[in-house]
Amino acid sequence: MDKMQCQCGHVNPPGTILCESCGRSLTEKEQNSKLVDMRYEGTARRSQTYNKSIIDKIWNFFSSVKVGVGIIVALLVAAAIGTILPQEEYVQVATRNEDTIKAYYSDVYGEIGRIYHFLGFHDLYSSFWFIILVGMLAISLIIASLDRFVPLYRSLKNQRVLRHESFINKQRIYGKGYAQEDVLAKAETKLKELKYNVKLDKNGLLAEKGRFSRWGPYVNHIGLIIFLFGVMLRMIPGFYVDETLWIREGETRAIPEVPDYALESKSFELETYSGEENGGAFSEAVDRVGSVAKNYQTDVILYKKPENSLPGATEDMEVVKEYPIRVNQPLKFDGYAVYQMDFKLDELKAMTFALTNKETEESLGELTIDLIDPEKMYELENGATVELKGYYPDFSGFENGEPQTATPLPNNPGFLVEMTTPETPKGETSFILIRNTIEPFGDNQFKLEFQGVETRDVSGLTIRKDSTLPILGLGGLIFMIGVAQGMYFNHRRFWIQQKANGEVILAGHTNKNWYALKKDLEQVSAYASLPAYSDQQEEIEKQMKKEGEEAL
Amino acid sequence: MTLAEMSSNFLYAAFIAYLIATFVFGGAVKGNKTGTYNSESRWGKTAFIITIIGFLANLAYFFTRWGATGHAPLSNMFEFTTAFGMTLVGGFLVLYFLYKTPVLGMVVLPVALLIIAFASMFPSEVSPLIPALQSNWLAIHVSTVVIAEGILAISAAAGLVYLLKVVDLTKRSKQRFWLEAIMYSLVLVLGFVIASTYFTAAGYQADFSYVDKEGVEAEIEYKMPPIFGMNEYTALSENTMTPLAEMPAVINASKLTTVTWSLIFGTILYWLIRLVARRRIAAILKPFVKNVNLNLMDEIGYRAVIIGFPVFSLGALIFAMIWAQIAWSRFWGWDPKEVWALITWLFYAAYLHLRLGKGWQGEKSAWLGVIGFTIILFNLVAVNLIIAGLHSYA
Ligand code: HEM
Repeated sequence: MDKMQCQCGHVNPPGTILCESCGRSLTEKEQNSKLVDMRYEGTARRSQTYNKSIIDKIWNFFSSVKVGVGIIVALLVAAAIGTILPQEEYVQVATRNEDTIKAYYSDVYGEIGRIYHFLGFHDLYSSFWFIILVGMLAISLIIASLDRFVPLYRSLKNQRVLRHESFINKQRIYGKGYAQEDVLAKAETKLKELKYNVKLDKNGLLAEKGRFSRWGPYVNHIGLIIFLFGVMLRMIPGFYVDETLWIREGETRAIPEVPDYALESKSFELETYSGEENGGAFSEAVDRVGSVAKNYQTDVILYKKPENSLPGATEDMEVVKEYPIRVNQPLKFDGYAVYQMDFKLDELKAMTFALTNKETEESLGELTIDLIDPEKMYELENGATVELKGYYPDFSGFENGEPQTATPLPNNPGFLVEMTTPETPKGETSFILIRNTIEPFGDNQFKLEFQGVETRDVSGLTIRKDSTLPILGLGGLIFMIGVAQGMYFNHRRFWIQQKANGEVILAGHTNKNWYALKKDLEQVSAYASLPAYSDQQEEIEKQMKKEGEEAL
Repeated sequence: MTLAEMSSNFLYAAFIAYLIATFVFGGAVKGNKTGTYNSESRWGKTAFIITIIGFLANLAYFFTRWGATGHAPLSNMFEFTTAFGMTLVGGFLVLYFLYKTPVLGMVVLPVALLIIAFASMFPSEVSPLIPALQSNWLAIHVSTVVIAEGILAISAAAGLVYLLKVVDLTKRSKQRFWLEAIMYSLVLVLGFVIASTYFTAAGYQADFSYVDKEGVEAEIEYKMPPIFGMNEYTALSENTMTPLAEMPAVINASKLTTVTWSLIFGTILYWLIRLVARRRIAAILKPFVKNVNLNLMDEIGYRAVIIGFPVFSLGALIFAMIWAQIAWSRFWGWDPKEVWALITWLFYAAYLHLRLGKGWQGEKSAWLGVIGFTIILFNLVAVNLIIAGLHSYA
């Protein structure tokens, strides 16, 4: 394509619509239209100018607003589809694996659920195609912004005060008529009062306000790109930690993925509203709903290993701080945060039995079995012993005569014990469950009689580190600055020219908020007695409507 | 009088003021036969003042209730929806202040009235906060969102006025159909309000036990005669209607029953109006918009989006993410409510690009404004009541 020379002599880059210098329309289409297209000041954009190589084609594709909106709408629709049925992570199944999840969808939602799962919509937001769509959004944002930023920058930088009459009279706000001699000086005074920047050149005036708002879209797009970049970073290991820690009251545990730190849980507490709070204001609501949770709290002590201690050594840890972890009040240290996420009340901790003679009911003494860390052998008075030959914390039945445990958690403990007393030196075997005792080798003389149980609560904590947060925050901040800049401010301009014969022509343009522009113009008019103006767009619409009615 | 009682009286006062203002705005517009804006501005000013009084009462409701509960009253369906009605009026006041257009009030106020009436159908007793909501971010995040939604909704009101004026009601067209569909759905909301009020006043109650979708036995209370029965239901109350059909476990037949009754009441009401007026509802309203300046309506619609979009971004995305990071340890979790906030935001982003980049002004823009409002309402009503998630209020 060739450079475009205007009648005024200025040579414009190829693709220019309005001459950079005088504002004349350069293309035939533009010359024939009633209003000038001011969107990018009529400058050349790469995407509108080149269309040869494959790079041009890709560039043009992604810089098109039509494509951009297409991507936005595609994302919007996809996001909506993902809410029709719950996403996989919100589905409650007893044991989590691909089969149970698949079965869940078809069991609960029938055929629709089966198809939903089959199409992969149960995990839509981490699906390959969804991530590609987000990637395309980012590419489109970058290319579309570059395509427009450079030419817009050039033309806003070189604004001329004097423009050709065809530029002025094809503006939406346009007026022409006779005025007083000092009209420019008076207009200048008033416009300055209204906080416009005013430039004069020979017989012309250019008043301008809020030019910086034109950069709003580009600033907000940069913010979005930074945000998306931050989101991408979390796929790189080290930037992001997400672990779960179940910790029992009284326990001390190393914090997963956090070297050198350990956490002790002193207690877990669950409080519910009684209805008495706040002068009884909540009693009605509490009555209606039943119980409403008020607080979940784990009181913890955070420990740190000294610099040069041996790995695995726990004795010489230093207390860093004591903290009550509550919902909305995570424990924070060293870039990590520990959240109160879940809990389990009254997990069995220890069980106490008495070794008793079945006939005489005489007790030989008591033993307490720690359900997390049981001992092998318990020695009682008179030389009696109880040996723990097998421990099944979550007894789930027998398989080939062997007792089984479903999990390592003490939900339903079973004990295989051998009891030896002076009376039964050979020992008697017994399998003990809650509320049930099996004597596999025939009747025993002694039994373990259940005395009591100790319980404690377990806290489910989540450990997070997210080094991308500052980047996301920065992106969000820049985005907000950009939208506020582009939307709460407008770029308003007026051109006024006084001809030799005393005639005055004027034009006004704004990128947004024509109402306010007209109000400004009315104030200036009232002070400087400018000729009357009209809104040419409204005129054209009226004209079209009239013609339409006449045609009927 | 306790603070809570005072608060509900303020809400009544606001409701009545809005009701009166609606008619005065209507009178202002209708009185202006000749298109000289004199009487319009005089009556418009009166209506504006009544609206301001109503809005002050509405604010008084909000803050006295805050005092009564000890937390920002934005934590359940009643409170949030009422607040939306309030910010809708607030958004209108801002745009009226800028553009002085009574016709906008004639559309916004009845919609705000409907929303507040709708809200009052939900349990309105003051309720305590669950741990996740005990945070200053509740007030910061939710109030920003609801203010933004109030402002954005004004673009739908301006769009509706625009459409009422430009859509030709004498010829059969898609536009005419959809415009009337908007009117019909507004009447349906009224149908819901009437049905709920009627059955509550009649003291209707029917208890059932049923088997929920996890296979667990549960109980449910119907407040309207059960058209649909829950999965494997058994009636627990006597002398109540037997459901006409049983629903599978994934469908909440009680809510479906409520929806059906609202449809029945609303549809009857709609046809009554049409029979009496012998016209479409849109046609009843058409004379009111005769003198409307279309360009101005278009600009108001756009301006509302421009003011509302940054506020919405701040409240519904940025503040939401900050709070989610603090309360749930992740700033984004694809919870349905979050997703619908994102959808709303993407929608308005598309609106802005279509308008700026593709020149979608006037009628197209007006339709988009109305669709945006539908999405906001969907997020408020359907997502809260139907798609359960972390944010589910009901
Ligand atoms: C979710 C993603 C996006 C958001 C939130 C966003 C936001 C915005 C906003 C707020 C504006 C200013 C609009 C106005 O002032 O009326 C804007 C302008 C613009 N956006 Fe986007 N945008 C997004 C994606 C895109 C994409 C994918 C494209 C690619 C074509 C794009 C191209 C543009 C263009 C060309 C402008 C007008 C710039 C100008 O006239 O100077 N945007 N965007």
